[in-house]
Amino acid sequence: MSDWRSTGKMQWGWFLIALAVLVLLPLVFDTYTMSLLLVWALFAMSLGLMWGYAGLLSFGHAAYFGLGAYTYAIAAVNIGESSVPLLLAILVPALFAAVVGAMMFYGRISDVYMGVITLVVTLILFNFMSATAGDAYKLGDARLGGFNGIPGFPTLNVPGYPQMSLAGVPTYYICVVALLGCYLLSRWILARSFGRLLVGIRENEARCELMGYNVPALKTAVFTLSAAMAGLAGSLFANWAEIVTPSVFSLRQTAEVLIWVLVGGLGTLLGPILGAMVLGAVKLYLGEQTVIDNSLVLGLLLIIVVLGVRRGVVPTLQSWWVARARRRARKPGARRRLGSASDRPA
Amino acid sequence: MSGVVETLDLTMRFGGVVAVDHVNFSLRERELRCLIGPNGAGKSTFFKCVTGQYRLGHENGRVLVRGSEVTGWPTHEIVRLGVGIKTQVPSVMNGLTVHENLWLAARRVHGWAGSNGAVEETMSELQLHALSRRLVGELAHGQRQMVEIGLVLVQRPWLVLLDEPAAGMTGPEVERLAGVIRRINQTASLIVVDHDMEFVRMLGSNVTVFYQGAVLLEGPADRVLNDARVREVYIGNRAA
Amino acid sequence: MDYAGVVVLEILYMIAFLALISAGLAIVFGMMRVINLAHGEFVMLGGYTTIACSKAGMDVYFAMLVVAPVVVAAVGLLVERLIIRWLYGRIIDTMLATWGLSLLLVGLVTLIFGTSAVSVPAPIPGYQLGSYQMGGYNLFIIGITVLLLIGMWVVLRFTRAGLIARGAMQGPDVVAALGYDPGKVYMVTFTVGAALSGLAGGVLAPLTGLLPSSGGAYIAKAFITVITGGAAVIAGTLSSAVIFCVINQLVSFASTPVIGEIAMLALAIILLRLMPQGITGRFFRSGT
Repeated sequence: MSDWRSTGKMQWGWFLIALAVLVLLPLVFDTYTMSLLLVWALFAMSLGLMWGYAGLLSFGHAAYFGLGAYTYAIAAVNIGESSVPLLLAILVPALFAAVVGAMMFYGRISDVYMGVITLVVTLILFNFMSATAGDAYKLGDARLGGFNGIPGFPTLNVPGYPQMSLAGVPTYYICVVALLGCYLLSRWILARSFGRLLVGIRENEARCELMGYNVPALKTAVFTLSAAMAGLAGSLFANWAEIVTPSVFSLRQTAEVLIWVLVGGLGTLLGPILGAMVLGAVKLYLGEQTVIDNSLVLGLLLIIVVLGVRRGVVPTLQSWWVARARRRARKPGARRRLGSASDRPA
Repeated sequence: MSGVVETLDLTMRFGGVVAVDHVNFSLRERELRCLIGPNGAGKSTFFKCVTGQYRLGHENGRVLVRGSEVTGWPTHEIVRLGVGIKTQVPSVMNGLTVHENLWLAARRVHGWAGSNGAVEETMSELQLHALSRRLVGELAHGQRQMVEIGLVLVQRPWLVLLDEPAAGMTGPEVERLAGVIRRINQTASLIVVDHDMEFVRMLGSNVTVFYQGAVLLEGPADRVLNDARVREVYIGNRAA
Repeated sequence: MDYAGVVVLEILYMIAFLALISAGLAIVFGMMRVINLAHGEFVMLGGYTTIACSKAGMDVYFAMLVVAPVVVAAVGLLVERLIIRWLYGRIIDTMLATWGLSLLLVGLVTLIFGTSAVSVPAPIPGYQLGSYQMGGYNLFIIGITVLLLIGMWVVLRFTRAGLIARGAMQGPDVVAALGYDPGKVYMVTFTVGAALSGLAGGVLAPLTGLLPSSGGAYIAKAFITVITGGAAVIAGTLSSAVIFCVINQLVSFASTPVIGEIAMLALAIILLRLMPQGITGRFFRSGT
């Protein structure tokens, strides 16, 4: 096999096709739903980066999604324009994650306890935000609103021109840029030493320390990056929904993104993206009827994936594809085309 | 004049048991020393204290590496000084190939550009080329041990600490390992902890015998291994 | 004087509540190192069973003390055979699978009972303590919890089943060395844990309106109580329940109930960070 399969390779062909499709989409489809799916895809990809490559499973990734949403809303109400709030929506979750991450990783807790702590952090945020009803709870001009949340904040506008709104199709394109941009950033990181180190940490943390690497610092770094992307997704979600409520911190939200990543495929970037978009679409469709309950489907799916197809859809398809190519290569005549040593069984 | 490694009054307790009892130890530059002793003598605990795997406090004594105080340092900081460590329990990345494992180790020291070259060199030294693209998890135990030695070597350390490097290796592999260790000794100092008397004899170096947490005897291998006290302590061990 | 009585009873009640909802999870975690994230839904099922039976005419005490545990035990048995059994040793996978299970159960219950709250009145009337009106049912809950904990302690200490269970806590090889099939022991343990969860749900059913999503409130608290408590089933659960409730009450008293809740959760994080083996991993090592 070839080197560093585990960090994947940039497939420019597919990327450009996807880019073209997304750019031309508004001509054929309504962008409203698609924007939401893209936001969820970014959210899922952020978790997939941390979980699939560095092996860090957070049971409360919704915390950073929610923090991004709330930060945007609060900042937008106070500032009145969208550029700085968007930036803050990335920085605040990142900062929060840096603190929580450092506390966990420098404390060398096991992955079970990481799961528990991340779960509890999200619970704290949920409980806190749900209870902030009343005028007493204000950050600047923004009332936190408790269970009802914060409605009616300024949505995205052209930087510097608060009156020129970017709602509708322009927001869709912003979501496209956000997702593809973060995807490219992640691919770049994975191709660098940092990305390879993450995989090393996932495989054997103790060994990486013995090699002289500062593992807690590396884990905190990827955790922070992942939170920043989740925060970005959260702020875009706030813009799509035009209201933020404590449900962004719900266990439901965190369970869903986990299922999207797991079903889509741990260990790839594409898996979480596709998992989120497909399962998200299914959720929206199921939401419109009452016969089959969404929880039921998601729950069943999660159980099946954990028990059976543990690797998820995309990696399974990938290995199926590779196996097929290998079978073809064994046929006489095709052998000359695939000649490199890496294709011979090890 | 302090040596490459020095411990002063090193002590480690587990509950009521004193595993390492006020040990004063010193390793000279370019020396190869073997640590032996029966099970429970404290040699592995001693090893873990020196490598930072047990975090030391004031009450545990002092450890110095080339004169610098490393007491209480975390492992990765000790490694960064230029120390190579192989632990008793094999610790490699099973899901990655031999090449990938070595590359990660090389990267910290040789940078992006130099790593592939360093990896090639180490694979030649240890005859791992044939296994380069194999997943480490699929290799035999002895081969995995060799890869782990590779992970240590590729960082070109000036002090090498090996805990039971020959465990699980076949006869020819053990001989090859002894040769590798002697070659390393030309440029680096070494501490080797092991049970295998044959292996220790093969290395023919100075030996420190541990017993009940303290140093029983120190000296050249042939003298120590034939000493009556050492044999007594090893009663039951067929190699003594 | 009366006020002190009220406060003490409040704290006792909260501790009992926490211990009651955590008992089932503590058994499963302490004995098998399995983290069952569907535990809250087991409790919820116990509640629904009780309410449904009570509405169908059954005596409410019979429903909550007998029927609920039996029904949920049956569910637990099914879950163990179909899901948990394949995942022993894989803690994270167990957490994921049981999280899926919890979603599944919420979905099923929603399908069967709908999304509006169901309830049953508390069978014990209130009483007067000085000038304060107290809920009589709370005393019942405290009583049941005490009986439950004593019962568990007796079983673990003095019966052969308890000995096997304590052996199982050390590992499957100990169980096998005692001559018992670890698989069977774990199956029984999980079922018993489920029964206790069902009991808790049944007993707590008269308190508020029950929704399919009620499990979510239980799991969080039970979870942190058990994990912070550590491996010892009774001592662990009790000690962390006491600590959490006391802190919660103190902080609630000083500010608001919500801040009290948050303080409790924050304390959980701090304790976990400082004592990863839980309270009983650090302090009490007797095993029960």
